[in-house]
Amino acid sequence: MRVALFVPCYIDQFYPQVAVASLELLEKLGCDVVVPTDQTCCGQPMANSGFASSTAGCDANFSQNFVGFDYIVGPSGSCVLHLKEHHPSEKIRNSVYEICEFLTDVLHIKALSANFPYRVGLHQSCHGQRGLHLSSMSERNEKPFSKLQDLLSLVKGVEVVMPAREDECCGFGGTFCVTEEAVSVKMGQDRIKEHDANDVEFITGADTSCLMHMEGILRRQGSKVQVKHIVEILNHA
Amino acid sequence: MLSHSEASENFIADAERTDWHDETLWFVRAKRDNASKVLPEWEAMREHASQIKDHTLANLGEYLQAFEAKAIANGIHVHWAADAEEHNAIVHKIIAAQGSKTIVKSKSMLTEECHLNDYLASKGIEVVDTDLGERIVQFRNEAPSHIVLPAIHLKKEDVGETFHQHLGTPKGNKDPQFLTEAARQHLRGHFLASEVAITGVNFAVAETGEFVVCTNEGNADMGAHLAKVHIACTGIEKIIPKRADLAVFLRLLARSATGQLITTYSSHFHKPREGQEMHIVLLDNGRTRQLADPKYKNSLKCIRCAACFNTCPVYRRSGGHSYHQPVAGPIGSILAPNIDKKANADLPFASTLCGSCSNVCPVKINIHEQLWFWRQDLMEAGLAPAGKTIGMKLMAITLANPVIYRIGGSLMRRFSSLLNTNLNPWYKQREMPVAPKESFQEWYKNR
Repeated sequence: MRVALFVPCYIDQFYPQVAVASLELLEKLGCDVVVPTDQTCCGQPMANSGFASSTAGCDANFSQNFVGFDYIVGPSGSCVLHLKEHHPSEKIRNSVYEICEFLTDVLHIKALSANFPYRVGLHQSCHGQRGLHLSSMSERNEKPFSKLQDLLSLVKGVEVVMPAREDECCGFGGTFCVTEEAVSVKMGQDRIKEHDANDVEFITGADTSCLMHMEGILRRQGSKVQVKHIVEILNHA
Repeated sequence: MLSHSEASENFIADAERTDWHDETLWFVRAKRDNASKVLPEWEAMREHASQIKDHTLANLGEYLQAFEAKAIANGIHVHWAADAEEHNAIVHKIIAAQGSKTIVKSKSMLTEECHLNDYLASKGIEVVDTDLGERIVQFRNEAPSHIVLPAIHLKKEDVGETFHQHLGTPKGNKDPQFLTEAARQHLRGHFLASEVAITGVNFAVAETGEFVVCTNEGNADMGAHLAKVHIACTGIEKIIPKRADLAVFLRLLARSATGQLITTYSSHFHKPREGQEMHIVLLDNGRTRQLADPKYKNSLKCIRCAACFNTCPVYRRSGGHSYHQPVAGPIGSILAPNIDKKANADLPFASTLCGSCSNVCPVKINIHEQLWFWRQDLMEAGLAPAGKTIGMKLMAITLANPVIYRIGGSLMRRFSSLLNTNLNPWYKQREMPVAPKESFQEWYKNR
């Protein structure tokens, strides 16, 4: 299966290991992965800040890079949701997948060769969860499910623990993290406190931006807890 | 006036109180979860309520006229107010005709929206709020911080001190039962003396011309039953077509608001009792403008349960006053810009767009999507903070061009330590990500 790997800008620049793990994992699972090399950004930073009127350049560049692909797969629920909701091309909107939903819903993965013998706290990122419905949400009266937990259950050795409030936002929120700095940090600290109470060694999730925010707080606290994107765990030998 | 982010920073400075505020409201949210999850029909009921409201809003004019005709036939005086000023003048005229100087009022966010208390005070009329939480904040000369739990920002120690100052309770007494009894005795005098009672309205039924007021304290009934004149103030969006629709809304309201199965008092006011005068004031105040905009029309479905407040991780950690509007929280943030764009341009940004509000909402208002739309409209109206527009344009140019993006990215990684300064809001309480030597694309080229 031919798949175009969408690498969000901040992952390209600051978290290349997440893109490497995505590429390797998709290849391991038999995909023919193409990486369009002139891709940049989905346009979400401007759009969520009220400047959707300025994203035409990003939209056009995205279209140019990803034209003709039936499967555009990216390791970021938030960026993927933005494209699904706001990209002007219907073809793009219908072809873009968050990597976990691609693994469970398109590839129907039933086994993985991964091994990750650690205690891991799972962070539900809001855009993946409520926007892409990667898992059920506590607000709704619906049957519980989690595509992320389904995937992690295929990894040897990993022990997944949920925080007390299973799906509270971490407070990253795009430019919110700097324009509402005090609330943003407080929200992140409160999430971390719940993961700490579970004695986790890692915090994982399907959105690097949430993890970047929590990692910034963890490192400032001098914590030993590390963050890892879920694909890094699914790809871990 | 402080912006939401400035006011929040002050609120959070008291971390212990912030945690208490967050946990108290989360407790209410958890009660709501329990009350909604025992009903297999919960999601169907939300959908049903949403459709009733959609239908009503699509035919609002007809339903309002039907309500008016029935209410008049029942002997209720019906008044129409285009804005807050007209609303207040109508209420004042009714009170002035009685010659009353003090009146009682049960909870009504609409009269907060119109700043009715201040207006009547300027005319020499004292309004006594009879909802316990509202009376507490009224003593303190504060606005309610929550539409269902007006004094939720206060602890029992604060209430003890307030009552000590205003009701003469012993200093240091913070026993909730004792303080409630003190308020009860104090309010009783006002209930007995007042000739005019003002109430809000939860639902106005077009089919019958009646209106329904929900309280847990019975204070609306106490006021209305004792007074010679009952004035009910309502927004035009509170209309529902039929009495049978209450079967949906009363269940959703109580469970969503506090996790109760039913509000303690759901009082139907159908017609004035003998010798009583009953008035209803129907207010527009920007609602028809909201109705005319397909992006925001949906917000008029709100039944003021405050479930979106309780679930909002930002509200819980910033307090109601940080929203500087009578209706705070996520719903307030999409209602307020319709009244005044400039004064409320910060509110749609006081959100991470996590979407919890839209999914908890009993009438399925797409709150987080409307927050997003307001962001666009406010920026297009030129209400961006200084420097933001130019910053966003530069970012848009950089991110639209692969060459500039690569150069910019490489410079940013090389000099990222320059960002380790307190001028960078990220760095104040967080470390910057460690910049890797190679970007993914650089690595991929040499793979």
